[in-house]
Amino acid sequence: METLVFISQNLDLIFERTVQHMSIVFVAIGLAIVTGVPIGILITLNQKAADIVLYIAAIIITIPSIALFGLMIPVLSLIGQGVGYLPAVIAVLLYSQLPIIRNTYTAITNVDPALREAARGLGMTPIQRLRRVEIPLAIPVVMAGVRIAVVMNIGITAIATYIGAGGLGAFISRGISQSDPRQLITGALMVSLLAIASDYFLLWLQKRLTPASSSATAGGH
Amino acid sequence: MIKLEKLSKIFETPNGGTVMAADKVSLEVPEGEICVLLGPSGCGKTTTLKMINGLIPKTSGKIHVAGRDTDTIDPVELRRSIGYVIQQIGLFPNMTIEDNICIVPDLLGWERSKARKRAAELLDLVNLDPSIFLKRFPKELSGGQQQRVGVIRALAADPPVLLMDEPFGAIDPINRAVIQDEFLKMQKELRKTIAFVSHDIDEAIKMADKIAIFKDGKLEQFSSPDDLLARPASDFIASFLGSDRTLKRLSLLKVSDVMLSGRVRVSAEEDVGKARDMMKEAGHKNIVMVGPRGRARGYLHLNDVVEATGTVEEHYQALPTTVNVDADLRTAVSQMFRHDTTWMACVDDDGFFKGFITQRAISHQLGATYRDTLAEDLT
Repeated sequence: METLVFISQNLDLIFERTVQHMSIVFVAIGLAIVTGVPIGILITLNQKAADIVLYIAAIIITIPSIALFGLMIPVLSLIGQGVGYLPAVIAVLLYSQLPIIRNTYTAITNVDPALREAARGLGMTPIQRLRRVEIPLAIPVVMAGVRIAVVMNIGITAIATYIGAGGLGAFISRGISQSDPRQLITGALMVSLLAIASDYFLLWLQKRLTPASSSATAGGH
Repeated sequence: MIKLEKLSKIFETPNGGTVMAADKVSLEVPEGEICVLLGPSGCGKTTTLKMINGLIPKTSGKIHVAGRDTDTIDPVELRRSIGYVIQQIGLFPNMTIEDNICIVPDLLGWERSKARKRAAELLDLVNLDPSIFLKRFPKELSGGQQQRVGVIRALAADPPVLLMDEPFGAIDPINRAVIQDEFLKMQKELRKTIAFVSHDIDEAIKMADKIAIFKDGKLEQFSSPDDLLARPASDFIASFLGSDRTLKRLSLLKVSDVMLSGRVRVSAEEDVGKARDMMKEAGHKNIVMVGPRGRARGYLHLNDVVEATGTVEEHYQALPTTVNVDADLRTAVSQMFRHDTTWMACVDDDGFFKGFITQRAISHQLGATYRDTLAEDLT
């Protein structure tokens, strides 16, 4: 009850911090898609490069977020951005690489060899094959990777408040330091709601981007 | 139209060895003919086919398609000028049937409306209603429908040459026979030059103008289906064709090929004695009775009418069965066995009596080739 009162009295603040939170996640994920998808496609050309890239991305994701923030402070201090928005975006960007690169890579390499052969045999160039066949078929799997990255990083961004990036994590950190359950619950609730809402939005988007009937099971084979 | 000269392919195996997948293969497919590349798996037939459109780079030798050395053509341009059909069909699930059919025209930069019109025409050609199928996705079609689309996709830009890699291999036997017949009917009009990989001897006999049999990368024999069945060049080929290969020849021959003339015949009102004399004179044991306009109505058997008098009409028996002159001998023999008879009257589409075939004439026809071979061996 007290929490609801707190929420109703602080709607402006909650809105502001939600926007802050989302701007970190979506800017970072946007950048991660722009970098991760091409990397995922490029490494399909070379098995060895693929192994190395996926290995590095897997290591990054195992670094605890609080440690990653700590590691970035001295590095980014050199350009005067040790704390705040930039390190938060970079962290989310790095954490997003594994699901996005791996899903892109897997989706492209798993395109049915028969389709690849048909595309080649009909006279498509490698670029045309990618653009007309392989990427369209990979989209659902790539989008699944993006969804994983978004949901995961909405949680991680809550911790970015400790390096002064703001966001919904501020409610949680203040709630802990001031022993105020109202703020704590508000923060946790909003982070969860944001994660669930984003997931549903991306699921909808994924369905929109997949050709209507290519996922249908109608018709025999 | 397709000409291979000493075409070879050497694959390197992971442990450093080499495999001769194709060994100096030379053959020529004349314009408008279907050449079936036949053999057990791993014999080099698919490798040979895929070297023609450069999907597998050749190690040595020459390939000419439509008079041009393929070395002088960009591989992508070459593939767009050759139709290609694969066993797995390979329709793109993210595109409609229309877009799938229009792939090569689109790649060639055809006007969009012209390509779309062509797609509708082609669907019509294989009896799929364009108004229903153009906007569907591949998964909404049955396997047989998908493979029809796979074939017309290869024909979309009207290439003179078609490569088909076991195109009907994944379809159930009943549908396969239907699609094969449809395809042969289409081919009669289109007259494409086709290289066709198969491991099914019966399919090869049905489809081929020429059959090329492969073993261990080598072209073992290159001849017409009947010649192949009649004169297999080696024990390997003979055993690959099967011990019943002579029976397979039956489907290559038509009733009209072995039919004996139907000039000897009687009509209903003629005297039975005359019929008897005609049989004796011709050395036949039976004579067919025809109606006023020449339709086969019945027959007389010599032994039954030795003492008979009166007209033919009073003594004739119904024909147990007749066979169409355009039927193949396989059908004819099957029919003879079913009715336990050694001869049958042959009729045309309208039932007019044309002649008759006997088991003796069939075995004589099939055996002729073997007797020739034997004679050659003896001299």
